[in-house]
Amino acid sequence: MSTAATATLAVTKVDAPTIEYGKLSPILIVAGVAVVGVLIEAFLPRPARYRAQLTVALVGMIAAFGAIVWLARDLPDDHRGSITAMGAIAVDGPSLFLQGTLLLIGIASVLLIGERRLEPAGGDAFAPQAAAAPGSQQEKDAAAAGWTQTEVYPLAMFSLVGMLLFPAANDLLMMFVALEILSLPLYLLCGLARRNRLLSQEAALKYFLLGAFSSAFFLFGVAMLYGYSGSVSLDKIGVASAGAMDNDALLLIGLAMVAVGLLFKVGAVPFHSWTPDVYQGAPTPITGFMAAATKVAAFGAMMRFFYVALPGMRWDWRPVMIGVAIATMVAGAVIAITQTDVKRLLAYSSIAHAGFILTGMIAMNDAGVSSTMFYLVAYGFVTLGAFAVVTLVRDARGEATHLSHWAGLGRRSPLVAGVFALFLLAFAGIPLTSGFAGKFAVFQAAARGGAGSLVVVGVLCSAIAAFFYVRVIVLMFFSEPKADGPTVVVPSVMTTAAIALGVAVTVVLGILPQPVLDLADKAALFVH
Amino acid sequence: MNPVNYLYLSALLFTIGAAGVLLRRNAIVVFMCVELMLNACNLAFVTFGRMHDNLDGQIIAFFTMVVAACEVVVGLSIIIAIFRSRRSASVDDASLMKW
Repeated sequence: MSTAATATLAVTKVDAPTIEYGKLSPILIVAGVAVVGVLIEAFLPRPARYRAQLTVALVGMIAAFGAIVWLARDLPDDHRGSITAMGAIAVDGPSLFLQGTLLLIGIASVLLIGERRLEPAGGDAFAPQAAAAPGSQQEKDAAAAGWTQTEVYPLAMFSLVGMLLFPAANDLLMMFVALEILSLPLYLLCGLARRNRLLSQEAALKYFLLGAFSSAFFLFGVAMLYGYSGSVSLDKIGVASAGAMDNDALLLIGLAMVAVGLLFKVGAVPFHSWTPDVYQGAPTPITGFMAAATKVAAFGAMMRFFYVALPGMRWDWRPVMIGVAIATMVAGAVIAITQTDVKRLLAYSSIAHAGFILTGMIAMNDAGVSSTMFYLVAYGFVTLGAFAVVTLVRDARGEATHLSHWAGLGRRSPLVAGVFALFLLAFAGIPLTSGFAGKFAVFQAAARGGAGSLVVVGVLCSAIAAFFYVRVIVLMFFSEPKADGPTVVVPSVMTTAAIALGVAVTVVLGILPQPVLDLADKAALFVH
Repeated sequence: MNPVNYLYLSALLFTIGAAGVLLRRNAIVVFMCVELMLNACNLAFVTFGRMHDNLDGQIIAFFTMVVAACEVVVGLSIIIAIFRSRRSASVDDASLMKW
């Protein structure tokens, strides 16, 4: 190293950061809740933990939601918001809107996680002792003793912290850290199922190895963009890439690799292969949480990355993303037709929906942002509600997820089958459900943004997808129930509340979408 | 020495890691290859920091190390859990779910 370089490095001082704690309060509250959850695990006696964890998590998330409403009212009239924490976190319309959505999904998910009336022998959906090998004497003893673990609450809260940070991250380092904070607890949560533990552990292994692989790609992409622009701030990358006329290898490689990491998280083709296995193996409340909340957070981050850092590069990335969106919609819709397991069916349906949401993101206009955010709200609550219904249909071996077991469910339990049918119709995008309003909004934005091909493929794929949704409805209502079929367990008020929230959002956004569309429109501007 | 050479080394290490993830069967080795990829990123960050003459790259490398450490904790616990139940850490054996 030359002496001149040493001297320059020596005088570059790192200034102490100034942090606006008030503007970060929603994230800090949830982080505090997670830490308190760990302390509860450490210091409270076992019988008292369940109530304490549930109360702390729910109260904390409601307080964080209140903080978001307070911050949203303080946004300036142009709804631009501001950048805090030394440029690392943006507090603007999109981040507040998506964080509010995430907190509502989080509240409903914690209600599902806390459900303890479904297992006939008592306990919740999680392993009595996750460290005991499946089938071992140790596990049988733990189950016989009626053990339950409450570590899932702090893990879910830590994951939620990452999700709240992810769409708000205004530099790529913060985005990477948020990605890891949201992923690492989810890997563990996937492996904690009480029933079918081998499937659950396999899901955790697959999710972990592929997730770590994709985040390594993300990080290498960040390194390339840092090398290109000399900064990891999205704004500075945006300025540097705005005038890029020649094909700079660092910029293009960085763009592609960061996009790989983000597309993996949303489960877009060709990075979707983990989705069905993980959704099937994970405990169903966690699947609901993951399917709904991860998509909201990852699409928020993806929109910010492409709209703030690389708007000048859109002629390079748009064709690729259009191809990805088409492949995602087609693959999700076509492969879902052959599925025989309800959870896998919903997983492939979520892949197809990732394609529909990408359609809105690719529009590259304000309507694209607002319609994508509206779609995420609609999709999040439908998904959570659908997985909540899956937890109720059970036989002696736990949840009866094979589709043949669902035959004639409408005769046994018209209410539960009717609610599931409503969710399926919303997935299919039938009018008067939130799915229709969402699809209409994203297709309209894409058509205005000059991506007409996407709209054609999207409508065709919606038609294909409608086939397998309607097939399940026909199976539930128009076939004879089997003699040894599953029963519908009556849940406690918590699952009922989560499903009721899903139904309410689905119906209200279907009949009266305008207030939420207006809110999304107002919140559609990214701060630069 | 020209710092660009370190970038070539970093890209080479990243490629070796990625190839290892795709080709190796043992979950522990796959995981070590992921760690190699993260360290390749670190080398790239430090090199770019030197080329741009700012400290961001070196500081990011510290963040990456912490993240990698957390990943080890989570990853090894999952791999150990699956090894206990299957007596095998081969990723090919974990194939109960397909398509």
